[in-house]
Order: sequence, then structure tokens, then C-alpha cells
Amino acid sequence: MISIAWKSICNRWPTALLAVLAISMSVALILTVEKVRRDARNSFTQTVSGTDLIVGARSGAVQLLLYSVFRIGNATNNVSWESIEEIRERPAVDWLIPISLGDSHAGFRVLGTTDDYFTYYRYGKKQALELAEGAIFSDVFDAVIGSQVAKELGYVIGQKIVVAHGTGNAGVVEHDKQPFSVSGILRPTGTPVDRAIHVSLAGIEAMHVDWQNGASVKGAGTDADTIRKMDLQPKAVTAALVGLTSRAAVFREQRSINTYREEPLLAIMPGVALQELWGLVTVAEKALLIVSICVVVAGLVNLISVLLAGLNERRREMAVLRSAGARPIHVFLLLCIESTFLTAGGILAGLVLHYALVAVGSVYMQNRFGIAIELALPDSTDLKILMAIAIAGVLAGTLPALQAYRNSLSDGLSQRL
Amino acid sequence: MTETTDNIVQLDQLSFAWPGSNAAVLSIPEFTMKRSERVFLKGPSGSGKTTLLSIISAVLAPQAGTVVVDGVSLGTLRSGQKDQFRVDRIGLVFQQFNLLPFLSVRDNITLPCRFSKRRRNAALKSELKLNDEVDRLLSAMHLNPAEVQNKRVTELSVGQQQRVAVARALIGRPALVIADEPTSALDSDTRQAFIDLLFAEVDAAGSALLFVSHDATLASAFDRRVDLRDLNKASASLELQADSL
Repeated sequence: MISIAWKSICNRWPTALLAVLAISMSVALILTVEKVRRDARNSFTQTVSGTDLIVGARSGAVQLLLYSVFRIGNATNNVSWESIEEIRERPAVDWLIPISLGDSHAGFRVLGTTDDYFTYYRYGKKQALELAEGAIFSDVFDAVIGSQVAKELGYVIGQKIVVAHGTGNAGVVEHDKQPFSVSGILRPTGTPVDRAIHVSLAGIEAMHVDWQNGASVKGAGTDADTIRKMDLQPKAVTAALVGLTSRAAVFREQRSINTYREEPLLAIMPGVALQELWGLVTVAEKALLIVSICVVVAGLVNLISVLLAGLNERRREMAVLRSAGARPIHVFLLLCIESTFLTAGGILAGLVLHYALVAVGSVYMQNRFGIAIELALPDSTDLKILMAIAIAGVLAGTLPALQAYRNSLSDGLSQRL
Repeated sequence: MTETTDNIVQLDQLSFAWPGSNAAVLSIPEFTMKRSERVFLKGPSGSGKTTLLSIISAVLAPQAGTVVVDGVSLGTLRSGQKDQFRVDRIGLVFQQFNLLPFLSVRDNITLPCRFSKRRRNAALKSELKLNDEVDRLLSAMHLNPAEVQNKRVTELSVGQQQRVAVARALIGRPALVIADEPTSALDSDTRQAFIDLLFAEVDAAGSALLFVSHDATLASAFDRRVDLRDLNKASASLELQADSL
């Protein structure tokens, strides 16, 4: 029976191929959408761990989260250094990492911070940053680069780099009088850290010495040694990551920062802000999921129509089968087996297509958004989806099979068409 | 289900009308066929030949009368049993399109053995392997097994296809072979040769042959010739119907 079904499909391979193609595309689409959704969430969740509060100028919680941790978008305002110092001195605060953003190098963001960044920042499962080679910055003009920066630009320790003001790739003014040099390269983390160039806060100040009111001062510019002797205490930073001595204090500290009198500040809990972010993207995710489901349904409808359309021209074939001893139930089974073959073929081809898409797409996602999409075996959710599609495909196949069953009952062994 | 009777087909007071019609198409008081008998059934188009064959092969059920084929009273069978009865005991050859285009010649011939253990066992009784029996039948049908067995049936000529169909009808030695105008797609030169081969193998298999045709030139070689018009008491009214169509 199975071999007859297989040969019958092979005999009509062009239509069978189209049916398989339609199903495979829907399978690939729904798997890929699911995967991007999950991996994006994972990637975001992995990026910040162990940070109790993120402090920035008053704006939206999601916005602060996006620009401070994920380097998406820009800050609307800064936090004064006095406020940072005040928060750092609080008894409940264990550590504080100031972050200064706004400059870039070859499309990668430059992040001004302190040594504490390398001591306290955690990602994934509370993992600390590790140096692949070199050392943390010790000089004003030292820079520690993320693994992706090193890889894409081919930088090694000692490489001179010139930082540009602004975060775009082109049309930005370069701070070319104060070249930085790479002092260390971090190990890959799978987070936006891989795509950042870390310098000291003093370094950020240094590259802006010759700038006043956002414009370059005319002249030769100040040379590096002169700058090193200057007072490079920052007046403001973009945001700060805060770790508390006790998690129990988190609500009190958050409220205290949010009601800070000297300056309008905003403190957020990363987890809560992430939830808020998911709330926003869920709508888009659901829309995508619904579209994917529709494509799956379209694929199955196509399967039914291919089989149904084939039935009429196969009436003679069925009659021959019947006259050779096949019962109507055999005809029913034959059609069911055919649709099962087509569905199974579609699912297999869909998996292949899915992996091809992920393999190609992950490079883009990593470069564009710093989101790590990994090639992985289908997990339980994927398997559930595949099972659902397989069952739906087999069920869809019973429709034309029933029709064939009825035909063969009414046609008997008749050879007329 | 006794098989002791000498008759392979026995019709008694048979009456058949199409559903929704009161006029009987067939009304046959009596018709019998002996085992291994070769009967030529003739009659003009529309005289109910195919209907009679359908009744004998348990595709259609008569409204009245009994049909006993190979000792089995068809009226006592449920529909699933009818299918099994048919594949077990009857080999069918039609006018044309007897074969599945997507199966090889060999697979087409062994098709009844997939659905009938009885046919399969009988085929294995004559040869140790099914393939050998296929080869034997092909050779008997004057087809070169090595040449045609793995060919697609669409690559064969119509005459070759009909011979393959006979091989399929005969595999597993069914008690009865029913051939419904098997020669009408053949040209007159090959017709007689086809009949000769058919006879030889039906004899070899010990099967009875019910051969339907409107071509009377073939009739002479048969054991018995039957005209359905003589048999069918309902034929007068039927011809009236056929005329009005």
C-alpha cells in the first residue's frame, strides 16, 4: 500500500512538489518566527543580570532600558555627576557603574565608564566580563573593545583608533587629535557588550576638550600630554547601573531616586522594564504568529486542493485498483498515505529551509541588533508545532480520501469516465 | 459456502432494475456456467451485458433471485466480504485501461496478490517465488519478461497492455475469469492471437471464462455461445428504452 502511494506520488511529482513546497514554506516561516521571537527575548534577558536598578534622566522606562543596556536609541538628557556621587554614597548601594554614551567608532558605540564596569557588570547567568587579551584601560586614551569589534575591524592590542562624535557611521566629526589605543579585548558574551568600545570617563572628557557647545574649536587642537594633565572629571553621564547590598531595598531606593529633588531622575528595575517592553512587542509577535498560522493553513488548503483536483483524473486509476481487488477502504488509505507523505516531505523540507534561513539571518541579526540567534535542534515548542502541522496535514488528507472513498463506492469497477 | 457444486456460476430467477426505476433491466430465470467452461456472451450495446457481469462479480446486487458464484451465494455477503470474494475468486479484464500507469508491469500483475492471500498462496503454489510466476505468465502471454517486466505500462502497445491485464487476471488461478470486451481495442490481426493465448492460460489455470463481446467472429472457439437477448426476458422492454434514448 505504502509503495503504491509512493509510486503514485512520484507519477504526479510536479503537483506533489508544489504541495510539499507550500507546506515547507509555511513550516519554515512559523519555525523561524518562533525562533527569532524566543532568541530575541533570550538575548535581551541575557544582557543584563545582577543589576538592581538602572538610573537615568527622566524619560520612559523602556527607553532608558533600551539606550543604557541595549544601545538602541539615544538618551534625551544626562545625569549630573553630583547626583551619581550622591547615589553612590547611599548605604544601600553596593556598587554603581556610570555609563557615558554618545560617541562612536566605525559604527560601534563608544562607552565611557569606570573600572567598576569590569568588576560588577554581569550578563547571562551572572557571568562577569572576561578579557581575552590585554588589560583594562589604565590611561586616559586606553580602550577595551568587545569581541565583535575586534573581529569585524581586525583590531589587535595597541591598535590606534580615532573616535567620532555622534553615533552615526558617516558625516560625523572625528576627534582626530586624540587617538585612542586598544589596551584590551573582551571575550564574546552574545550581548551588546561585544559591539562596544569601552573607555574611561576621563577618556570621554578628553576627546571633548576641544569642543565647546557641540562644535569644534578652531585651531590645532590640544595634544595628548596636555590633556592628560587637565582635570578630566566628568560633569555628567548618560546613565548608571546600580547594585544594592540587599534586594529588599530595591523599591525604597527606586522611589527615593524617582523623587530626587535636585534633578529629575528615573530609576527602573531591568526585569520590570523588560516586561513592559515585552508588553509592547507582544502585539507585533502575535500578529506575526497569526500570519504564520495563516500561511500554514494556506499550505494545508493547497494540499487538500491538489489532492481533490487530482481525484477526478484519477477516477480511472481508482477503478483499476478496485478491479484488481482494492477495497474502498484501501482507496481511502491510499489517499491518506499520500497526504501523509506530502505533509512529512513538507515538514522535512521546511526544517531544512528554516535552518538555512536561521544560518543566513543570524549573521544579520547579530550585526544589526546584537541579538544572538543560534542554530539549535528543534526544542519542545518546535516539536509541538511540527506535530500540530503533521496532525493537521494528515487530517486534511482525510477530506480528499473520503471523497475518493465515496467515488470508489459509487463508481464500483466501472471504467467509464 | 460449499464448493462442491459443479457450477461456477448459477443464476436463479434473477431480476435487476436500476435504483429509482421500476422497469427491470435484467430478468433471467436461469443461467449456469460449469467449472472450466468457456462461455461467449454476446449481445448488442445496451443489452445489459456489463450489468450482468457486475452482478456476477458482486458489484451490483439484484432485487430478486439468487446468484451463486464458485459455491458462494452472493446475497449472503456483506460489502467488505464481497470485495474479498471478488479478488479471491474472480480475475477481471476490461476493454482497456486495465493497468495502473505508475506501477511497473510486474507490480501491476501482482496487484491482486497484495489484496488476496488466497490468490497469493495459489500463485506461490505454482511457483516458489511470486516473480517466477509473473515471469511464467508473461512468457505464456508471449511477452519477454526480461524486456517488459520493469517497463512502465504506458510504454507498451495496447495489445501488450491487454496481455499484461490477462496475466494479472490469471495470477493466483481465480476460479472465474471475466473478460468484458477485452479485444475491442485490438486490431483484427491480433484479436485471434489474443484469444488463443487467453484460452491456453485459462485452461492452464483451470479457470472458467466468461467472455463478453459483440464481435461474433470470435465466438466459434468457445465451448458455448450465449446471446443475452435469449437469456433476458426483460430485454424487450429494455430495447424500447434504448430506442427512446
